[in-house]
Amino acid sequence: MMQGWASHLIVAPILLPLLAAAAMLLLDERRHRAKNIISLVTVLALFAVSVALLVETIRLGFSGNSATRVYLLGDWAAPFGISLVADWLSSLMLVLTSILGITSLIYSYARWDRAGPRFQALYLLQLMGLNGAFLTGDLFNLFVFFEILLAASYGLLLHGSGPRRVKAGLHYVAINVGASLLFLIGVGLIYGVAGTLNMADLATIIPGTVGAELTLLQSGFAVLGIAFLIKAGMWPVGFWLPRTYAAAAPPAAALFAILSKVGIYALLRVYLLLFGGGEGWTGSFGEEWLLYGGIATIIYGTLGILAARTLSRVAGYCVIISSGTLLGAIGAGEGAVIGGVLFYLVSSTLGISAFYLLVELVERKEEADASVRAVAEPVFEDEYTGARTTDGEDEVGLVIPASIAILGGGFIFCSLLLAGLPPLSGFIAKFAVIHGLVNLGPVIPPTIWTLVAMMIVSGMATMVATTRAGIDMIWTPSERQPPPLRLAEALPVGLLLLVCLGLMIFAGPVMHYMERTGQSLQDRQGYINAVLGAERVSDGARAPREL
Amino acid sequence: MEVVLALGIGVLSASGVWLILRPRSFQVVLGLSLLSYAVNLFLYAMGRLRVDAPPLVGSGANDPANYADPLPQALVLTAIVISFAMTALLLVVILASRGLTGTDHVDGDDAE
Repeated sequence: MMQGWASHLIVAPILLPLLAAAAMLLLDERRHRAKNIISLVTVLALFAVSVALLVETIRLGFSGNSATRVYLLGDWAAPFGISLVADWLSSLMLVLTSILGITSLIYSYARWDRAGPRFQALYLLQLMGLNGAFLTGDLFNLFVFFEILLAASYGLLLHGSGPRRVKAGLHYVAINVGASLLFLIGVGLIYGVAGTLNMADLATIIPGTVGAELTLLQSGFAVLGIAFLIKAGMWPVGFWLPRTYAAAAPPAAALFAILSKVGIYALLRVYLLLFGGGEGWTGSFGEEWLLYGGIATIIYGTLGILAARTLSRVAGYCVIISSGTLLGAIGAGEGAVIGGVLFYLVSSTLGISAFYLLVELVERKEEADASVRAVAEPVFEDEYTGARTTDGEDEVGLVIPASIAILGGGFIFCSLLLAGLPPLSGFIAKFAVIHGLVNLGPVIPPTIWTLVAMMIVSGMATMVATTRAGIDMIWTPSERQPPPLRLAEALPVGLLLLVCLGLMIFAGPVMHYMERTGQSLQDRQGYINAVLGAERVSDGARAPREL
Repeated sequence: MEVVLALGIGVLSASGVWLILRPRSFQVVLGLSLLSYAVNLFLYAMGRLRVDAPPLVGSGANDPANYADPLPQALVLTAIVISFAMTALLLVVILASRGLTGTDHVDGDDAE
């Protein structure tokens, strides 16, 4: 039972950043300290809320109840109004988002928050879009939240300006506007056939569709799937990803690590709910596309990572490899390997995010910050165009002497994590996925073997690429003084790696949670019942809702 | 009416796709705008084409058969606002790109 205010907790991850971002627009650009405090308080509150939701999920789920909680916006009953759904998967993704939200924000305080106007507001709107996409139970709202997170990501990508970012931004905006149009076409086709966009309602309608309507519905979902796969960075539609992420400012890129996972989340949510495990065409819709696409994506990522000349490109191809592994495993196993897939998703997202933060610290030695200095002329009067102060007077934190040792240590840790070598969580994650894949049936088809082989080869390629870059950039003796490392820069990397370490040490309980999440995704009827059966508050004479 | 609408959507989409594959940034903006018009018309048509059928239910006797489906119209409204905002943003990025690179080629580099 959830009492009074606690039931409103589900909407908080969307409202909190929205209100804080709106309030920050009223503040002048010069008051960045006030903005920093507001945004930090907001992300900490977001973290607290998402942990509370996660704890509630665990409490409800392990006491035998349904962990799926539904929040009816405006108190409209489920298929007609907009419903937010917090279940195993959503709670997990919310916590992951808020962890990345905290670390990237702290990192930006070192200097990036002053490289352009309105950074914190865009940053919080990005978090709002992410949280909304993870919570919504309705396809059109998924579109709206996708647009919010995309619009904010355009701003974040262009943050700091400069020719490289503007060029990457132009491509990124054009590609994503195109992808959004595909999303709309898909949504339109689905609505035209089914007459509803509520996911739970769709799941009850789809099995009964026949004839010409079925063809339209399948085309609709195929078009929708392409929009998700463009986000996730699957092979033929993912070429934009490494260059775009490499051009972004490091705190933005570190947050973008979860942006490509939104596509994966949408696939998991929509396709497992609507097409998971049914008989006939619904049971295997699009499976082989994900499997082959995933394998092709890993191959592309592996080749790319070996050819990459800069560390930020290496990180970009890590994102591609991670997406390919996830897509391939989802396509191969449907629900059966979801536990391992989710563990891999969390571990690789954290690892990639930490890697993007480290990349800048390591490459700073090489580039001497040529990219940051190119700040454009002010467009608005209140813009603070000084980019950042070079004197250390007003910096938060202190200069750490043994910076190379810390950088090197963090770099090794990240490489092991991303390559999936023991004993870190990356290894456990890959092992769980492969274990799930080879135990799918008595006979393992050659495609699954190819996928498993590619996962292992891609890990080796990651190791080769990071080792080579590490030797070049960290171990080569340099004439120059190593760059000073600020606490605000070292702390977030440390935090992310600490979370990964936690994933490794508490792998048992975490894996247990992931497996329960997998089961809940298989339990389609449970989700449908929870959403469609959600009671309106006003019906029960304002009595506390039974959930 | 169906034929006219279908032809309109088809022509808009075809022109839009052709334009976004062109190398000049202004052509890309126009292409994306045309595509978004096509998609908006398409979304609207998904609520079935009706003549003289208001989407809002009035007071008095309410027979749903006399009304058009209001949901696609609401969706189109949202989609119009979003695509309008995105076009404006893309224009700003294109202007910045033109200013920084000195060319209106989408790759910021005119060498063919």
